[in-house]
Amino acid sequence: MIDVEIRQRLGNFRLDIGFSGGAGVTALFGPSGSGKSSVIKVIAGLTRLETGRIVLDGTVLADGNGRHTPPHRRRIGVVFQEARLFPHLSVRHNLRYGRLFTPGGERRIAEGPVIDTLGIGHLLDRHPATLSGGEQQRVAIGRALLASPRLLLMDEPLASLDAARRLEILPLIETLRDEFAIPIVYVSHAVEEVARLAGKVVVLEAGRVAREGSPADVFRVAADRFEVVSVVDGRLGAPDGAFQLTPVETPAGTIWLNGVVRPEGRPVRVLVHATDVALATRRPEGVTIRTVLAGTVADIPDGQGPSVTVDVALDGGGRLAAAVTRAAVADLGLTPGRPIFALVKSVALDERPL
Amino acid sequence: MPDLSPDAWTAIALSFKVAAMATLWGVPVSTVLALILARGRFPGKALFDGIIHLPLVLPPVVTGYALLLLLGRKGPLGAFLDQHFGIVFAFRWTGAVVAAVVMSLPIIVRAIRLSIEAVDARLEQASGTLGAGPIATFFLVTLPLSLPGILVGATLGFAKALGEFGATITFVSNIPGETRTIASAIYTASQSPEGDAEALALSVIAACIGLAALVASEIIARWFRRTSS
Repeated sequence: MIDVEIRQRLGNFRLDIGFSGGAGVTALFGPSGSGKSSVIKVIAGLTRLETGRIVLDGTVLADGNGRHTPPHRRRIGVVFQEARLFPHLSVRHNLRYGRLFTPGGERRIAEGPVIDTLGIGHLLDRHPATLSGGEQQRVAIGRALLASPRLLLMDEPLASLDAARRLEILPLIETLRDEFAIPIVYVSHAVEEVARLAGKVVVLEAGRVAREGSPADVFRVAADRFEVVSVVDGRLGAPDGAFQLTPVETPAGTIWLNGVVRPEGRPVRVLVHATDVALATRRPEGVTIRTVLAGTVADIPDGQGPSVTVDVALDGGGRLAAAVTRAAVADLGLTPGRPIFALVKSVALDERPL
Repeated sequence: MPDLSPDAWTAIALSFKVAAMATLWGVPVSTVLALILARGRFPGKALFDGIIHLPLVLPPVVTGYALLLLLGRKGPLGAFLDQHFGIVFAFRWTGAVVAAVVMSLPIIVRAIRLSIEAVDARLEQASGTLGAGPIATFFLVTLPLSLPGILVGATLGFAKALGEFGATITFVSNIPGETRTIASAIYTASQSPEGDAEALALSVIAACIGLAALVASEIIARWFRRTSS
C-alpha cells in the first residue's frame, strides 16, 4: 500500500497531488508534462520531496521535514523508459545485481519463474548492447523484479518500443502483476496500456489530480470527444477462422474484433472510442456494422456544440459512451431511460486495445 | 646499444621504480579527486580544481621548491612526519615519488574525470533503485565504466613521472643511486665534457619509453571504444 502526497515546485509549475495505490496496478495517466515522471522520481527517492509524505506499507519514506530514505533503502524497484541496463555486465549479472543488496529473508521472487515469464532464458550470456529494444526492456523488468521490491514503479516502460514490441511485452506485465503479486505504479499516456493493466487510474493534468477511478469510469469522461473511451469487459469466444474475426461475449451482446485473438475464454477489456459508436432506436438491418449492443440511454449532457457524448447503460452492466450529433439526438427524440442499440464498427477494434 | 655506464643503468632502474610507485599512489588518489570533481557540488570547487592543476602551469622548480618548504626536514609537514612517523622525503627516492605524484596528478585526474563524467548518471540512479548504496554503486558501476580513463591516466601518468625533472631535482636533488633518475642523469651527463654520448643514449631511451606509453594509452582507449560499442 503506497500513500503519496506531493507538493513541490518543478521548473515552472507546481506539483500538488495525492493518491494511494494498493494491490495490482495503479496507473498515473496524463499528457506529457503533466508531472507523471516527476511523481515516480519522488516516490523512488531520486528527487527529494519538498512537502507532503510518501508512505509505503506504513513506513514513512519521506515527509518533507528532513526525513528522506535514500533510494537504495526504499526497496522500490523502477523500470525506466530506457532500459538502463549496465553495459559492462552480462544479462545474467544485470538480473542478479539487485539480489546482491536484498536481505536473504526478503528474496521472495525467484530467478527461474521471472526468466521464464519474460522469455529471456536464451539471452543470459549476452551483453545489453547486443539486445534489441524489446529484449532490453524485458531484461530491465526482470532486473527490477529480482530485487524483490515492495513496490514496482514503471515509467512509460513501453514508450520507446514499436507497436509490435509493446504488444509482446504488455501481456508479460499483466502476468507479472498476477503471478508475483507485486503492487505496481504504472505511468503512461497510452489509454490502451492503462485500460488493460490498471485497476485504478489517477489522471494527472498540469501537476494536479484531475480525476481518479476505474479505467471504465475515468476514460468515459473527457472534454474532447476523440479522447472519450469506454472500457467494456467481456470474454473471448471461439474465433471465426474463415472471416478472421473473434467474438467477445458480453451480457449486452457480442462484440466482434478485427482479427483472431486467443485463447478462448480469456477475460478481456475492449476499448471503444466514443467516435466509433453509433446509436439506433431499433435493431438495424442492412448495415455493415456487426456489433450491436443493447442498453438504455443513461444520460445526455446539455450542450450547445454540434455533438454530444451520450452515456449508454449496457444491459447486464457496463457503460458505453457514444459521440453523436445533437441533431441526431433531436431527430430520434432520445431521452434518458429509453432503450437503445449501440453500434460499433468491428474494423475499429482489434487485439491492440485489449 | 650504446655502452652505458653502471650509473646510467642505476638511473634507469631508479626511474622505473619511482614512476611505478608514483603511478601506484597517484591513480587511487587521482580517482578520488576526479570523482569529487566530476560528481561533487560544493563551494570552492573551481579553486580546488585549480590547485590540483597548478603543477601543470607552474614552473616545475616552483612546485619542487614548494615541496621542499612543506615536506623538507624543517618544513611544517616534513618535521611532523619525521618526528612522529620517522618518514623523511627530502633527498630520498621516496621524495622523488612524491614529486612525481604531484606533477603527474593533473594529467591523471583529467583523464579519469573525463571518463567518470562520460558515465551515464542514470545508470547510477538505476543502481540505487536496485538497492546499491553510493559506495557499492561506485565500485560496481562507475569504476568499471571509467576503467578506460583510469588506464589511460595511469599510462600517461607513468610516462610523466618517468620524465619528471624540475620538481624532482629541486626537492630531492641529484644523488646517484638515490634520487638520480633518467632525467637528472641526462642533465648531469650533458654538463660534463665527456658525457655527450651518454646524454644522447639516455635521451633516446627516454623518448622511446615516452612514445611507448603514449601508444599504449591510445591502444587501450581504442580497444575500450571497440568493446563498449
